[in-house]
Amino acid sequence: MNFAEFVPLLALFVLAIFLGVELITKVPPTLHTPLMSGSNAISGITLVGAILAAGHDGMLIQVLGFIAVVLATINVIGGFMVTNRMLAMFKRK
Amino acid sequence: MHISQVWIDIAYLLAASLFVLGIKGLTKPKTAVRGNQLAAIGMLIACVVTLLHKDVLSYEWIIGGLLVGGTIGAVLAIKVQMTSMPQMIALLNGFGGGASFAVASAEFFKGVNGPVEIISTGAAVLIGAVTLTGSLVAFAKLQELIDGKSIGFPGMKAVNALLFLGSISAIGMLVVEPGNSTIFWGMAIAACVLGLLLVLPIGGADMPVVIALLNSYSGIAASAAGFVMGNSALIITGSLVGASGLILTQIMCKAMNRSLTNVLFGVMAEGGETVDADEVYQGKVKSSSSDEVAMILETAQRVVIVPGFGMAMAQAQHAVRDLADVIEARGGVVEYAIHPVAGRMPGHMNVLLAEAEVSYDKLKDMDTINPTFEQTDVAIVIGANDVTNPMAREDKGSPIYGMPILNVDKAKTVIVVKRSLSPGFAGLPNPLFAKDNTLMLFGDGKQAIIDITQALKDA
Repeated sequence: MNFAEFVPLLALFVLAIFLGVELITKVPPTLHTPLMSGSNAISGITLVGAILAAGHDGMLIQVLGFIAVVLATINVIGGFMVTNRMLAMFKRK
Repeated sequence: MHISQVWIDIAYLLAASLFVLGIKGLTKPKTAVRGNQLAAIGMLIACVVTLLHKDVLSYEWIIGGLLVGGTIGAVLAIKVQMTSMPQMIALLNGFGGGASFAVASAEFFKGVNGPVEIISTGAAVLIGAVTLTGSLVAFAKLQELIDGKSIGFPGMKAVNALLFLGSISAIGMLVVEPGNSTIFWGMAIAACVLGLLLVLPIGGADMPVVIALLNSYSGIAASAAGFVMGNSALIITGSLVGASGLILTQIMCKAMNRSLTNVLFGVMAEGGETVDADEVYQGKVKSSSSDEVAMILETAQRVVIVPGFGMAMAQAQHAVRDLADVIEARGGVVEYAIHPVAGRMPGHMNVLLAEAEVSYDKLKDMDTINPTFEQTDVAIVIGANDVTNPMAREDKGSPIYGMPILNVDKAKTVIVVKRSLSPGFAGLPNPLFAKDNTLMLFGDGKQAIIDITQALKDA
């Protein structure tokens, strides 16, 4: 990647942070724990990178990819399921 | 079957949009479950299209990893108790950081080109590794595998500075010598040690800040990994999570009237003369019984319950709800006062009370509940200490002066359920316990509440 390719990605990064700040400040304190576990699950998006690594050539890369897939999948599955469990408790009233 | 990069990128955009809508759903309890499901659908889309990417040559390691990780994640999510949620979040933060660390390492060994990719790789490894080991320490402290108090040694800050600067210069060296795996591993190990040393000195009640901060790091690490791969899905999502963690960190710091640096380096504000606990409590503390408390509650019109970490420790949330039911059945009004840093993570008390089926509209935040204490007949403090300490409001020399507190002392009667007069995390005596309108009910939180409930039922 050269610098010219980097700048648009940087723009994406900065704008997404602003969007994040706007969104998150509206989340009420009562939902802060589910917000954390939910955002954990979402940060499991690293799984996308992990899949690309684990499906690549070369033993070391595959092993690192495998570790990444395991960790990211724990995040995704564990995060979404536990968030769902918590939110169901908030909803039933 | 492979699909072209354009379609994959469009699918990633769709996934990112679903994540944004998902977080938007989390702004209201009614729409939150749906929001979480939208985000999960987004994740499914992102993963499925990635599996169809032309660079995926074999599936053995991928499927193996998905099965192992999916099983562990599902078991954790189903088995974990609500009181252990802070540990669970700490662990998930760590795994998120670890995943970004591993992905960036794999990219490094695939070969990275140019300063942008190398610096991004270095950042992902550095932040990911700090998040991984730091979160594991936080987990061990919360799970009480290691001492929850501050652990440190002389010169620790200098060692940390050295590790940090060393890692940064290692990244600089990699720009010059991109393929040098010795420098790479050296940096990775330094970052892992740095994560350990950063969290070890942070004590129990500061955990909400650390967990929120590590949450933010896990997002930023994912974003950095996104820069390595030129992957927009990772960049957008990582920065959303990074922003989320930063805001929570800020809220927690504000609620403790401490700066982030203060918390991270374990400095409490300088106190004036130390306050002698005996002087505060001597002859003024009134010990009460469950029967006496029940008698006071019999005529109470408005009751506010103030939960803290002690309620989580005693698993008393269901008992508390039973007590509230009995008071309400007698015609009283019950509300809950939640301090932002009550417990060990943001929103800890809310989740516990939700588990006990307390309606969320009865859970009031500090600014809403504080003006109502003067009209409150009885405030019941269970397992909370520092967040009710009037010294924060009145004593300019106190180390916690300026920290926003719940004004429970303004209630007509205050019942404090506590094991003993031992100080909270700030290590200070609490003059609330010695006030004329305060009654102490010593004992195990859960049993004490059950006894009051029984006595009130019999009345």
